[in-house]
Amino acid sequence: MKPLLDIQRLSVDFNTKRGVLHALHEVSLTIKAGEAVCLVGESGSGKTIASKAVMRLLGHENGSIVNGRIALSGLDLNSLTQSELRAVRGKRMAMIFQEPMAAFDPVYTIGYQLVETIRRHESMSKSAARKHAASLLGRVGIPEPELCMKQYPGELSGGMLQRAMIAMALSCGPELLIADEPTTALDMTIQAQILRLLKELQKEFGMALFLITHDFGVAARVADRIAVMYAGRIVEQAPAQELFARPRHPYTRGLIESAFMPDRERGEKLPAIPGSIPNLNALPEGCVFHPRCLHATDRCRVSEPPTVSFSGSEVACWHASELPGVSPMPESRPPLSESGGAGGTGWGRMHAASEGEDLFRVEGLYKDYPLRSGLPGRPRAHIRAVDGVSFTIRQGETLGLVGESGSGKSTLGRLLLRLEPATAGTLFFQDTNLTGIGASKLRRMRKDMQMIFQDPYGSLDPRWNVGELVGEPLDVHLRLKGADKKERIEEILAAVGLDPSVMNRYPHEFSGGQRQRIGIARAIALNPKFVVADEAVSALDVSVQAQIVNLLQDLQKKMGLTYLFIGHGLHVVRHISDRIAVMHQGRIVEISPSRQLFRRPAHPYTRALIASIPHPDPQVQAEPDRMDGEPLFSTRTLSGCRFRMRCPLATDRCREERPELRRLDGEQYAACHNPLL
Amino acid sequence: MRERLNLNIMLGKRELRPYRTGGLRPRSYNVLLIAAAAAIAWFAGCAIAPDWLAPYPPTEMSSDSLMQPPSWAHPFGTDYFGRDVLSLVVYGSRDSLFIGVASILIGGLAGGAIGAISGYIGGLTDAVFMRAVDVLMTIPGVLLALAVASALGPSLFNMVAAVSLGTIPGFARLMRGQTLGIKNRPYIVASRSVGVTRFGIYWKHVLPNSLSPLVVMATLGIGGSILTGSGLSFLGVGVLKEIPDWGELLSQGRSYLTVAWWICTFPGLAIALLVLSVNVIGDWLRDRLDPRRRGEAN
Repeated sequence: MKPLLDIQRLSVDFNTKRGVLHALHEVSLTIKAGEAVCLVGESGSGKTIASKAVMRLLGHENGSIVNGRIALSGLDLNSLTQSELRAVRGKRMAMIFQEPMAAFDPVYTIGYQLVETIRRHESMSKSAARKHAASLLGRVGIPEPELCMKQYPGELSGGMLQRAMIAMALSCGPELLIADEPTTALDMTIQAQILRLLKELQKEFGMALFLITHDFGVAARVADRIAVMYAGRIVEQAPAQELFARPRHPYTRGLIESAFMPDRERGEKLPAIPGSIPNLNALPEGCVFHPRCLHATDRCRVSEPPTVSFSGSEVACWHASELPGVSPMPESRPPLSESGGAGGTGWGRMHAASEGEDLFRVEGLYKDYPLRSGLPGRPRAHIRAVDGVSFTIRQGETLGLVGESGSGKSTLGRLLLRLEPATAGTLFFQDTNLTGIGASKLRRMRKDMQMIFQDPYGSLDPRWNVGELVGEPLDVHLRLKGADKKERIEEILAAVGLDPSVMNRYPHEFSGGQRQRIGIARAIALNPKFVVADEAVSALDVSVQAQIVNLLQDLQKKMGLTYLFIGHGLHVVRHISDRIAVMHQGRIVEISPSRQLFRRPAHPYTRALIASIPHPDPQVQAEPDRMDGEPLFSTRTLSGCRFRMRCPLATDRCREERPELRRLDGEQYAACHNPLL
Repeated sequence: MRERLNLNIMLGKRELRPYRTGGLRPRSYNVLLIAAAAAIAWFAGCAIAPDWLAPYPPTEMSSDSLMQPPSWAHPFGTDYFGRDVLSLVVYGSRDSLFIGVASILIGGLAGGAIGAISGYIGGLTDAVFMRAVDVLMTIPGVLLALAVASALGPSLFNMVAAVSLGTIPGFARLMRGQTLGIKNRPYIVASRSVGVTRFGIYWKHVLPNSLSPLVVMATLGIGGSILTGSGLSFLGVGVLKEIPDWGELLSQGRSYLTVAWWICTFPGLAIALLVLSVNVIGDWLRDRLDPRRRGEAN
């Protein structure tokens, strides 16, 4: 059977000020009609460029196809004129983008934009097109299609917009649907819904799906076949099951391991791919992966491996035939930090780690944000971000905090450090009441409480070099000078696995993972007792996440730190946390020891969250606990339990009475009238 | 070791070039930059020592060569009094540069300070300052300058004060917007979490990051200020001087534009050249001061 999409030896170059970048190198990929193919790669691997090359959208960015051909059922896309292309785009192949918000024009209604797209390709009356559009919106699971037609993009949530985007892509019945990271911007539970929808639609409409993602979890849910991309090359390509069962390329193995972080003992090192993705203008010689590969030999350093076939999978690795027998990722090598002088003098002071003692005690914490500030001093409506939260964090433990976006978890983190004032409630750090102290006392207290930020790009002042950045907390609290300060900075940099020689470099010269190390260096510079890690690894590439998690655990052991680890990636939180608190719309709905939470979740919401964690084996991927609907954002406080609208177990009592957090079993607490235990 | 190696690979060719810290030393020399620097040096020379650079005294009138087109004797031609236009341009540079640079400096400092305070402190302070700036903005610049200059009386300093007043709202608005944008960046929260004081954060993080658009706007504003100054002179509230500045030359020559184009063309070119040069230097300065672009700037 002839393939629907046939990409042969495609190479794409970009002309930039600094010279020509070879973004894609001899990429070959075929997609059969009705097949779902996933292209998996980290940021900078060229996967998005591949999808844009298929849509012929490269010209806008100085990219050009220098070699190879792309054919859609025999039609050479490369040779089409712009007007011929317009007939193909949208009609025969359609695209879904990562940011649904950016893909819609904010000044037209959803309905208008849908009708316009339909009428561009089909000769249809306006009313027929409207009817068609409404039925499509209904099909993609939008509750009130007619209402949605009249709404503007800004009025819909991200998940709903992505559904509308899918409806638009489907509007002319394309043979090929290209989806570029369609769920990355969405919450875990919504992500599961959208992927399920895509898979259903693919079957129903008999289209081929070309899905681009960085997340093996997404690929596992959707793909029939998976291609793994690294530095502009496809390094491995195989049917999904084969790939997960027998990953042959070391990079594939590493990615799969980092993406799923199988349940292992806490404190055990995660297997991590060292280093980070190379820049396209400085690719290594030989196999492009060899500097990060644990199996690299001299041959890999010199010559580039050809793509060879093994029972259904195609691999570009010199050692592909030897690897499947080896257990995935052999012994993890010690992180760089231990080669530095980390264990040295400066880290002598361990906090008297009397385990179990409370470090933080939070009682009845509230935070309201004014929605519209009217006249000064007269705010009107409020949105309650944190709604009566009480818990404790013990000395030396890691408390994980999970929840969908908008659940108030980041706000809670900032409230604990008093980066924002709480509306009501008390906060005890050891014996100090943080809500009652003045600004200068608070500044002195900051020495003991630090934060690691989500965004490694934005949280470092671009005008400061690494030495100055790491030195800033030292300036504020210790007033170290000259050689003492320099020595201390070098010590801290070594502890987070950075070479002290980077002191004079600026943040923009580093990769995401290395910047996050700089952020961590700032946080630990003062030898704090408590660190809030606010989505500290969410913005990083999958292969780098594991490195940072390992580093955080190392530092915890060495320095006796207590963490509040905020995250939405449940598997990461599971690995690092002793206890986990689950947050839903400003309230903690469950708090329990990590393993217990995963084995026996008590709250239906927790169960749904756990069900949304993808599993590597597509076979095991049973139909998860469906959780439909989305979190409500409302200024009106919903009576009773806030989860009841989405809860399969909701009763009348849930509507009337708000459940309080109560102890169920040992250390497990849940706020639910009908706990699952 | 592996990671270190990878860092080197990632940084690519920058690795081969030792990183220079500090200083404003250009890495390679750019023709445009040199030309701009030379032009500014020349104007500065004119302002400091016009006697050496002008071929004739500015007040010398020769009745036998009125309104002569450019020639070897008078490269820029002569005006309706028979004065040499080149000499007038050279002598006029002193007042023009002074009015342009000083009024932008004063306006930029005052406007920048107002914008910074209202953006950073916010709340009531912001409301009060910005309404005041809005009021200032509603009055056309020339009218405002006219009123102030006539109230203060004719002198060079009063003229500078009058011209700078009109530039304040623009700077204040720009600086406020910059400050508002910067103060919500994650790295500001990061500094707060480390315990830096409010003023410390402003001084070390917000100010350096918010300055570069202001620099660009200031360099562009110099030309405008020279023209506003000349407008005042034209309207008769400027300084009564023996030696006209560029703006006055422009307005004097305007009525002869059809018969003697050179009278106002050359002072106009001088203004354009000055503004262009200051802009090139300003751009370069901005790039040099920004570590993210230091690699590209030259």
